[in-house]
Formats: sequence, structure tokens, C-alpha cells
Amino acid sequence: MSESPSGTSLTGAESLVRSLESVGAEVVFGIPGGAILPAYDPLFDSVKLRHILVRHEQGGGHAAEGYAQATGKVGVCMATSGPGATNLVTPIADAYMDSVPIVAITGQVPSASIGTDAFQEADIVGITMPITKHNFLVQHVDDIPRTIAEAFHLAATGRPGPVLVDIPKDILQARGDFAWPPTLDLPGYHPTTRPHAKQVREAARMITTAKRPVLYVGGGVLKARAAAELRVLAELTGIPVVTTLMARGAFPDSHPQHLGMPGMHGSVAAVTALQKSDLLICLGARFDDRVTGKLSSFAPGAAVIHADIDPAEIGKNRTADVPIVGDCRETIADLIPAVQELYAAGSRADLTGWWRQLDGWRETYPLGFDEPTDGSLAPQHVIKRLGEIVGPDAIYASGVGQHQMWASQFISYENPYTWLNSGGAGTMGYAVPAAMGAKVGRPDATVWAIDGDGCFQMTNQELVTCAIEGIPIKVAIINNGNLGMVRQWQTLFYDGRYSNTNLQSKRIPDFVKLADAMGCVGLRCDSKEDVDATIEKAMAVTDAPVVVDFVVGQDAMVWPMVPAGTSNDEILAARDTRPVWGEDDV
Amino acid sequence: MADTRTTRHTLSVLVENKPGVLARVSALFSRRGFNIESLAVGPTEHATVSRMTIVVTVEDLPLEQVTKQLNKLVNVLKIVELEPAASVQRELLLVKVKADLTTRSHVLETVQLFRAKVVDVASDAVTVEATGTKDKLDALVRVLEPFGIRELVQSGMVAVGRGSRSMTGSEPRLRAVGS
Repeated sequence: MSESPSGTSLTGAESLVRSLESVGAEVVFGIPGGAILPAYDPLFDSVKLRHILVRHEQGGGHAAEGYAQATGKVGVCMATSGPGATNLVTPIADAYMDSVPIVAITGQVPSASIGTDAFQEADIVGITMPITKHNFLVQHVDDIPRTIAEAFHLAATGRPGPVLVDIPKDILQARGDFAWPPTLDLPGYHPTTRPHAKQVREAARMITTAKRPVLYVGGGVLKARAAAELRVLAELTGIPVVTTLMARGAFPDSHPQHLGMPGMHGSVAAVTALQKSDLLICLGARFDDRVTGKLSSFAPGAAVIHADIDPAEIGKNRTADVPIVGDCRETIADLIPAVQELYAAGSRADLTGWWRQLDGWRETYPLGFDEPTDGSLAPQHVIKRLGEIVGPDAIYASGVGQHQMWASQFISYENPYTWLNSGGAGTMGYAVPAAMGAKVGRPDATVWAIDGDGCFQMTNQELVTCAIEGIPIKVAIINNGNLGMVRQWQTLFYDGRYSNTNLQSKRIPDFVKLADAMGCVGLRCDSKEDVDATIEKAMAVTDAPVVVDFVVGQDAMVWPMVPAGTSNDEILAARDTRPVWGEDDV
Repeated sequence: MADTRTTRHTLSVLVENKPGVLARVSALFSRRGFNIESLAVGPTEHATVSRMTIVVTVEDLPLEQVTKQLNKLVNVLKIVELEPAASVQRELLLVKVKADLTTRSHVLETVQLFRAKVVDVASDAVTVEATGTKDKLDALVRVLEPFGIRELVQSGMVAVGRGSRSMTGSEPRLRAVGS
């Protein structure tokens, strides 16, 4: 749009576009419709904003999430009123659960029609109240710049999260004053970022004296961009590290101090380390049920240091002995000298006995899988080779289910922001649109979506967007013809009664033909011998999206597993195989 | 969590006077499983600030979790817990009691005892207005019940701290506290 000085009269639509440009947004994932239509007119002229026309609003929302998680910037999606807006509900809920900073802009029916059940009217502010960090219904054209600035500020600061801005059509059409930068008016919003010095000292004292400490690292460390600080603290103290599903990549998997992922499908060493620990140093994690198992028996002998920027997370599920409210990077940066000081004064517990135990568990129960006896392709093998061939500089986005767990287990994440998934909400269909968003944000990176055939059939239409917009992502469909994780539970807990989990989809649809129809390169692989060559072939395609249909066996299961609702002590390393812990005391 | 203990707390919550704030607060209570016993909302001495008085009962969870979640609402400015001993807490009751010529004098006597007042009279009923603590109003209702209660309506509790200190202060732009 044309440059004009601040303080000039613009339409609400122009003001919105100018505000998005001014706040630093570069990409908008959206679809126009009646109520948002005025905004699309000035958007047409904007040279600073790239609009990517998605095929479904849900895809736009997940793309904004993928963009945000890969770049650390706020992702933006746009939709019209009514069904356009309600199609954003799933990605907004997903972003809320995983603290992803996105701003959703929705058109609303004209102010005078609100409340009349007008065509394409939905109370999206009311609908998204419980799944947004905050949301706005703009009531005056002059409020647009301030509201957009506030939305981005809220999304990105403190505990990040989704913010929705709903703008009635008449306000997009009205004329008003545009002034930038606006003054934020958020008198009730003051996130605490500086950790309390006294709490940090107390935490340091516990860290230096604990005999069986564990660094329990969550997604907050990535949100705070604190991977470098975490590594310094870990190497300074020699304390073992576990990274949750949301924190994969925050600490290199190849690092000798890394025990892997804790939780329902975590490594035996990581789960057991937490159970036997005497001190959990929880950094930006939230004691989610998928990590703790049965809460009352989780890490029964451990004192807890809980650092989080959201005070409401502290003490929500597990009482904290030392609560630290603050930004994870600042907290870790303050812990380092505090620990060094105590070490210099001679206070340092010996961890060799603890490491002997940890190494024992790690060696006895490594992650692994059995080759299928029916000659089918092992899904774990596909994912493992993908990670090895493509390497740790690529970005991997997964859907939800067995393939997600295998992707979290069998790919070695060495760098932050290379693993994107739907952790809290567990949204099937996340992978393809999130990979698209990540590729837009990081065009130089190789981006692989690792998807199940169930997930893929929920959101694959965004491959059309990728093909048309020149977003060459790669998709590995781990096609077992089933809703695999649900099938696994039916195997284990429902006597193998496979009610409605067989998708019967090994050829319907034919994913190779489907890829072709959507303007992508389609490949298929169903034997172990062809896996490497197929991945190489997919890697060689750089000018179009690639879809690889890996046809795998249907009976593979995710191990280890802590059955839902049971204690982490009940972990099964494999089916009917419960680990033996050995001597308890260090 | 061997024994389940239910405790009642009175929270005074200052919020921005904006549309939808009541919905945000009440929806938060319902989705987090907190029990609201009563909620009253109204203006304050500052035009931009409203005040909610929320009586909440908590079971097996510290009040802290309620206030922390409330504090996360962007429109919430400040939360103070008002201890019954250190605050004045009042509810308003309007009750329509059957009262014909034979019983009216007894009803009026009761009303006087409770320092309540009659605000409307009809040939066979009177409407009584009373303010007080929950206990006092419960007692009044119990005594009026034998005459026959035709209609009863009660407000949520409002409360203010005793002494000269103000929760709102002189600054309309309040800072959120707590956490």
C-alpha cells in the first residue's frame, strides 16, 4: 500500500494492513470471505505482507503455528466470520495448549447485526475465550492499531499463546485515524520475567547438594530461547537431562548427559531417573499427565525446583519446594553463577553413583524395536533412516499418534526449533500445514512432515497450497492403514477388538496419485531395501513438494509405555517386559 | 489428600470496565472446576474500573490456584482476599411474605426485630427488604417462613475491608498484584 505519514485518515481495513506491517508481520495464512473482504483489498497492494491462500482455515492456523515454532516470531492467520472463524478453533486450541504465539484475525458481521443470528455470524470471541490467552472484539476503527499491537505483545511475551482479534465489517470500512506506534493499554498485564534472587540462591543450594538430581526440561526453555544457557548449566553441574515432547531439541540428543524423553512413551532411563530422583529441576515444564503418569506416585522421593514464567503452573499439579517465577533464560543464566559460587566454596555432591545407576538403565533398556516377523516394513526403521539421512539441520513436523512418538524417539534432535508437533492438544492433522508454515518461515531449511495415513487424510489439502505457492516441503506418510495408536490401545486394552481403526487405505486413496493430483511428486516405498534410496530421491527434489507413501506393517507398537493412569513405576520396556531396577540406594 | 476440606473465601477483584469481563471471569471458574457461591459486580469510584465480589468454595486445592488463574486474565487488575473479621460483608434480600389482617402485625414485628423494612404492602402480602450477613438473612428467612414466603430474591455478597485503607487507591491505572 502507499506510504503515508502517521496520523492520517485510513479505512479500518487499511489501518489493519498498515498495523500488521508496522508490527513486523511478514506472512499471513488466510482465506477471504464476506466479513473480512474489506481487509483483503489493501492486502492485495501490500508489498511487505505475503498472503498465503490456504485451502482450509485449520491449515492456515496450523501453518501460523509452524511458522511461529520454527522462527520464534508471531504467526498470523486470517479468516472470515462464522465458519471461517470456527475452523480456526482447533489450531487456536492447539496453540493455547502448546503456548505458541499466534494472532488470529477474523472478520465479523457488521456491528449492527451482531446478536441477530446474521448470515455467517458466530460469537468467535465467546467461543475462543477459554482457548486464547486473550481476545478482542474491536469496537471502533481508531482502536485497530492499538489492538493489533496489543495482540502481538500479548502473544509473544510472558507465556506465549494465541490471541484473536475479531473485527466487524463496518469497522473495516469506516474511516479513522492511524497512528503508529500506539500506546498499549494493558494495565492488568505484567508478566514476571526476572526471577527472584533469593529463590535462585535456594535452588542453587539444592542443586549442589542433591545426590540424584535431574534437569526436567520442558518447552518453556525453547520459548525462552535458552538452549545455550541450558547446556552451560548442564555441563557445569554434570546433572542428567530429560527433554519432554515439547522440548525435543532443547538439548542435543547426542550429548552424553541426555537420557531422552520422559513420559508415557519415554525412554526407560528418563522415566526411571525422574522416579528415583531426589531433586527435580523443572525448567519450563508443567508436570503434564503424559509425563507424570499417576501423579501421586510420580517421583515420590524428589524435592522440586519449579521454574516457569506462568505462576499458575507452579504448584498446579505438583507442589514446588522452590518456586521460581520468571523467564527460563534469565533463571538459568542466574543459576549458573549461583551454582559456581557454591562450587567454589566447596559445596558439591558427588554424582558418580547416580551416573552408574543411570548408565546401567540406559545400557540395559536402550530404545529399540523388533523387525516385523511378517516381512512388512518397520515404521521405526523408516523414521530412523529418515533422521540419519536427512540430518539434524532439517525441521521435522509430525502429526499425532504412533508416528509422532517414533519420530520423537528415533530421530536425533541436535538443534532447537527442529521438532514441531502438537503436544498438549494432540491434534491429528497438524503435520502438513505446520511443515508448510515452517518452510515459509525458514525457506532455506529442509522441512519434513512425518505423518500417519490417518492424520494425512485430515489436512493434506494444504499440499495444494504448497505446490501453488512454491513451498517445497516433504511428507513421509507412515502408512499402516490404521489409526495406529488407537489400534495399539485396542491391542493392549480391548482384547484386540479393532473397532473402527482400520482405514483400509493402503490404496484408497492412492497417496502417490493424490500427490500427483495436488501438484506434488509422489513416491512409494514398501520394502526395507528401498527406504534409503527413496529418501535420497525425495531429497533430490527441490522444486516441488514431495509425498512419500511408506507402506509399513500394522502391528508395530510404541515402546516403552506407561499405561494411562498408572504409575511410572509400571513402565513396560516392551510388551510384558517390566524393567528390573536393581539396587535402590546410591 | 487424605481428608477433603472445603473452605470458603471472599475475593474482591478489580477488573477493567470492559464488555465481556464478567463472562471471562465466570467462564474461568466453570472451566477450571472452581465453585462460585456468589458473584456481585458493580462500578467503583473509578469509571474505568469495576469491582467483583466473589465468594468461592475450594476443595482439595489451595485458593492460590484460583487467584493465579484469575490473575492471568488480562482484564483483571487486582485481587484481594477479604477475611470476614477484617471486612464488612453484606447481602441484600427482598422477600414477599403472606400477610393478611390477622398476621400482618406479627410479620411487622419480626421485620422490626431484624432491623429490616417493609418496602411494599398489598392486601395479603408485604415485601421486606433486609441487608446483612448471610447468617442474619438466613435467620430472618427462617423466622418468616411460617407466615408463607411467596417470592424471595437475594443479591450476591458485596464486601469492603475495614479501616481507612482503600483497595483501589487513588490511581485508576491499577497494577495487578498477587501471583
